[in-house]
Amino acid sequence: MKLQISSRLAIFALLQLAAEPDRQLSVAGIGEKYGISSHHLAKVMHVLARAGLVRSVRGAHGGHQFCGNARRTTLLDVIELYENIGADVFPSVGDRTSEGRALREVLGEIDDIARATLGSITIATMLKLVERRRASGRRT
Amino acid sequence: MKASTAEAVTCALSVRRAAKTDIPQVIALDERVTGLAKSAYWHDAFERFGQRGLHERFFLVAEAAEAEPGPRMLGFIVGEVRVWEFGSEPCGWVLALSVEPRARLHGIGQALFAAISSEFKQAGVGKMRTMVARDNRLHLLFFRSEGMMAGPYIQLEKEID
Repeated sequence: MKLQISSRLAIFALLQLAAEPDRQLSVAGIGEKYGISSHHLAKVMHVLARAGLVRSVRGAHGGHQFCGNARRTTLLDVIELYENIGADVFPSVGDRTSEGRALREVLGEIDDIARATLGSITIATMLKLVERRRASGRRT
Repeated sequence: MKASTAEAVTCALSVRRAAKTDIPQVIALDERVTGLAKSAYWHDAFERFGQRGLHERFFLVAEAAEAEPGPRMLGFIVGEVRVWEFGSEPCGWVLALSVEPRARLHGIGQALFAAISSEFKQAGVGKMRTMVARDNRLHLLFFRSEGMMAGPYIQLEKEID
């Protein structure tokens, strides 16, 4: 499955901030790591701030700081701030046929699994996964 | 159980094999969590996983090490080594896990999970699996936080005609 760029940026930014919850990181600093424009990232951060996941700190050493609950915030919580996973509410070709309904049932199964997966992985769990990737990268 | 009891369990928790005398507490905890009393099921589960084939079957309980008012048993986990189901190499299956609701977020689930992981490893298997309902957020979050990922098998079912 593919995520919209805003969802991906939000997840990356939260991982970066939640890994160092006492530090404030600038949008430019985060954007540089992932090669994305500060302008786009600023819009993403605005949505995260409205959701109470980050706060902006003013001043010379200001920036953004994680203020959510890393053990309670799931990837699905974050993604749904930007897009709907599997919300195929618009009619499609052949929907009224038996074949169309059968296909919708199968696609619905995939969506359900995707939602369950994304809803079961928290920011804290993602940080563990990132660390595991980092450690296996060091070993090879 | 008082909050102080739950705080105490983080430093004074022991995990051991279940005894027959633990089963009434297992039944009571399961009923508190699921809302269903399954007395016959748990007595049968104890016979199968707590009394036979103990080198590859595990019925473990966690308890507060020090005597406190209220139930001392704070959780349990059940599992076994399974082999060659649809070609699957030997692996450890976690069949049940429950933690006293008032004592959650104090490392009891982690202690039970670590204990059964260690038992599986000693039994010679290097992988463990479980099955969780898609809408069981609590268990899904827990197992994910312990590093479990989707496995190579898909669970299927159908209404029997």
